[in-house]
Amino acid sequence: MNVRLIAIAGPPSAGKTAVVKQIIHNLGTAKVAYLKIDVVQAWEDEELATEFGIPTKKVYSGDMCPDHMGIMVIRDALLWAEELGAEYLLYESAGLCLRCTPYTTNSLGLCVLSAVSGTHAPLKMAPLIALADVAVVTKIDLVSQAEKEVFREGIHQSAPGIDIIETNAVQGTSMRYLMQIIKQMKPAESEKDTLRGVPPLGVCTVCIGKKETGWQEHFGVIRPLAVPDNLYRGE
Amino acid sequence: MTLQNTPIQSLTVLPGTNRIGDPENFNEISIHPGDTISIVGPTGSGKTAFINDIEVFAQGDTVTRRKILVNGSEPSEDLIRDPAKKPIAMITQSTKCLADLTVEKFLSMHLRARKLENNGILDAAIDLTNQFTGEKISGCMRMSSLSGGQTRSLFVADAVIISDAPIILLDEVENAGIFKNRVIETLREKKKAIIFVTHDPYVALLTEKRIVMKGGAVEKILTPGGEEQTALAQIAKMDADMMVLRERIRSGELLSAVTGAGI
Ligand SMILES: Nc1nc2c(ncn2[C@@H]2O[C@H](COP(=O)(O)OP(=O)(O)OP(=O)(O)O)[C@@H](O)[C@H]2O)c(=O)[nH]1
Ligand SMILES: Nc1ncnc2c1ncn2[C@@H]1O[C@H](COP(=O)(O)OP(=O)(O)OP(=O)(O)O)[C@@H](O)[C@H]1O
Ligand SMILES: [Mg+2]
Ligand SMILES: [Mg+2]
Ligand SMILES: [Zn+2]
Ligand SMILES: [Zn+2]
Repeated sequence: MNVRLIAIAGPPSAGKTAVVKQIIHNLGTAKVAYLKIDVVQAWEDEELATEFGIPTKKVYSGDMCPDHMGIMVIRDALLWAEELGAEYLLYESAGLCLRCTPYTTNSLGLCVLSAVSGTHAPLKMAPLIALADVAVVTKIDLVSQAEKEVFREGIHQSAPGIDIIETNAVQGTSMRYLMQIIKQMKPAESEKDTLRGVPPLGVCTVCIGKKETGWQEHFGVIRPLAVPDNLYRGE
Repeated sequence: MTLQNTPIQSLTVLPGTNRIGDPENFNEISIHPGDTISIVGPTGSGKTAFINDIEVFAQGDTVTRRKILVNGSEPSEDLIRDPAKKPIAMITQSTKCLADLTVEKFLSMHLRARKLENNGILDAAIDLTNQFTGEKISGCMRMSSLSGGQTRSLFVADAVIISDAPIILLDEVENAGIFKNRVIETLREKKKAIIFVTHDPYVALLTEKRIVMKGGAVEKILTPGGEEQTALAQIAKMDADMMVLRERIRSGELLSAVTGAGI
């Protein structure tokens, strides 16, 4: 396969789409296809198709975790991109769950974080950052230099060796470093690629739609407040 | 090549374009250790954009399309990306810090980012902060609870003591009501190259070179030499008078007429 997969994750409004636009701008529109996965509403597919004239697709995950949905559709999406002759598939996740991660073994995993999100934010999103290849820090134009450097230190506490690129994603400052990394990417292998991390064991009865509150009403993985670990209760 | 150990001999700004895309009208602007430069011009004329270009080592990738060279060539990647090697400290116009940390934790994380040990550096930074601001701060206060002036004072002290960079960029230092004379004195003592963005005549005349901005571009570069000495002396006097007034008002006095000398 000749398609390279760039998986872009990060919390809402972090600047994922702004980074995507900079990547498209640098790669040239001829080579790129775009997939957005969101829960109920997203406009990026139309916006990017209009702005760059590239093929785009969107999938709503509805009741499912958007990252799980991404994992379901990504193999088909790579084949779709290949048929179109694209060399890169940019896959933007909704980034809501912050525990699941969309990065696959042969993808380039980008974790987009905003410099205005507070110093503890990286610690709260540890899996999202630790399994990524690059952390892209956006909105550096809105903070002072010292604060930017402290934010970087916070990221390194979650993921000591991770490559960090700081950018004003609206202008595209320092994107050249990201482009160097993208230029060295290997193509995906749609059938062989697996997830990098193990997603959380999400089998509780909240997952299947039971609305009652309190562990007493549920099966599968449960948790009373006073017990320090998750318990399993069969039906 | 190991540029990171080479001291900064010069920093060069190459021209870009103004707001409507026309090329800027200068060949290059060189900055050396110990230089003092002010950037003046109307609101929105591109002063902040100019020093921002320097801080991010722009390579034609900002709105202004300017390029920054270090010692005459494109700076190496680690000089730009590793804070421990970065020769620049910038204090922005914003006076709010969003970090949800105490002053002490914030400074110690910055020390770590700059790969330094805390041999009293942290206390020195807080002490210096308190020379710039009227109301003192302490290590256990939260960053987000500091006032605009306290935040700015802390960032200046942080730039001097922790970043200890040879080039310091200050965006409207006079705005937050901090003791600007004390700031300027400190920076001079430390032999830093200083670039002030300023609307303050006194700060502007204190510097050796003055860059005038207009429409997003460098409009003029002035090197007054001795020409402005008389004006500077007069402005220094006016500024000292204003300072006395400001402090009297701050301390709650009622003022009678203030015309003429001996305020
Ligand atoms: N000042 C500034 N604004 C930015 C930067 N990056 C993104 N923004 C703005 O932040 C807002 C959100 O950016 P998006 O790129 O839409 O964020 P997103 O992560 O794609 O958001 P969702 O897909 O909705 O989760 C937009 O208004 C952007 O213009 C930056 O580096 N600096
Ligand atoms: N050469 C340029 N080309 C295009 N846009 C520019 C240029 N220079 C500055 N701008 C943009 O113009 C706006 C105002 O510039 P800037 O913030 O630098 O002004 P300023 O002189 O610092 O104003 P103030 O005194 O209000 O702080 C910014 O959005 C900036 O990105
Ligand atoms: Mg988006
Ligand atoms: Mg400004
Ligand atoms: Zn999930
Ligand atoms: Zn569940």
